[in-house]
Amino acid sequence: MLLRNPARQVDVDGPLRANALIAHLGLNRESVLVIRGDTLVTGDAVLGDTDVVEIRPVISGGAR
Amino acid sequence: MRCRRCRRPAIVDVRRHNAAFCADCFVRHCRDQVARAIHHFEMIGAGERVLVAVSGGKDSLGLWDILLDLGYAADGLYLGLGIGAYSDESHRHAAGFAAARGASLVTVDLPADYGYDIERGAAAARRAPCSACGLSKRHLFNQAAVDGGFDVVATGHNLDDEAAVLFGNVLRWNTDYLGRQLPVLPPSEGFVRKVKPLIRLGEREMAAYCVVRGIDYIVEECPMAEGNRHLGYKDALNRIEEQSPGSKQAFYFGFIERTAELFRPGAVAEQAGLHPCLECGSPTTGDVCAFCALVARARQQ
Repeated sequence: MLLRNPARQVDVDGPLRANALIAHLGLNRESVLVIRGDTLVTGDAVLGDTDVVEIRPVISGGAR
Repeated sequence: MRCRRCRRPAIVDVRRHNAAFCADCFVRHCRDQVARAIHHFEMIGAGERVLVAVSGGKDSLGLWDILLDLGYAADGLYLGLGIGAYSDESHRHAAGFAAARGASLVTVDLPADYGYDIERGAAAARRAPCSACGLSKRHLFNQAAVDGGFDVVATGHNLDDEAAVLFGNVLRWNTDYLGRQLPVLPPSEGFVRKVKPLIRLGEREMAAYCVVRGIDYIVEECPMAEGNRHLGYKDALNRIEEQSPGSKQAFYFGFIERTAELFRPGAVAEQAGLHPCLECGSPTTGDVCAFCALVARARQQ
């Protein structure tokens, strides 16, 4: 699994629902997207042991 | 989950709307929300030229994409902030998008064109980096729009941005700021109209929109923004939103619809006291505008 800001990879055992994975990582589901391969998945999607998953943060906070 | 519109398998859920969407319907949802905001708040008139403030991030590139798809004549303006590799990378994303869409991107570079970067500018003006950055952006986007004959500057401020700014302004009862925190700032002498067409979309939706549309945006956060107050407000609001979806929208649109007008007289009075900056001619309350003062101080260092 790829995590961002800072970029890092961790291994998590599946199967696991996307929302459970977000909770397991201590993240807020309003602040991230879950991307399996190159496709977005909803919170109820079941992620398998061999899935490559990116947890992408969506919060930006500078001046614009 | 199934798509609310077509019942195909969904790829993104939007808890605020108690809905989920497939890719095609989600793109349509985002376009509809932007079109609705533009129409409701009379942001952009027929035939008007729009200058999109582009950072290379999800919101500005997503906004530019949607405006082009809605048929607006929208050019982009990228401001190089001199933040090392981050600026190089963000410019690469902005230029890549413009090339892919065949759109026009104008680039202004702070170090090359004005002799300072954000770090130096912030130190010289004794401001936080995000404050110096915001000041530079507001001035230069408006100046570029005036010089280029654009009718409107469109920025990628989304619902989360506006709710967080409102939260901060209410915490400190910054009534002057509350009087100016509107989806549309009307044009006035020296200022083009400024609009925020993404106010009906959260930043999670904008990130999802870019993923679905294959827009290659810069995911990494600006290194200057780390730990700033604005991010703390967003975190606090997202904790509330997680427990009570729709809270950010209710907070922001409740303000716009029921309270914002109460603070307008202060903002209008401040507008009436503006006169041209002795250096650049931009409207200001002093002899020299804050941007020209920042440039002068930065060049002295």
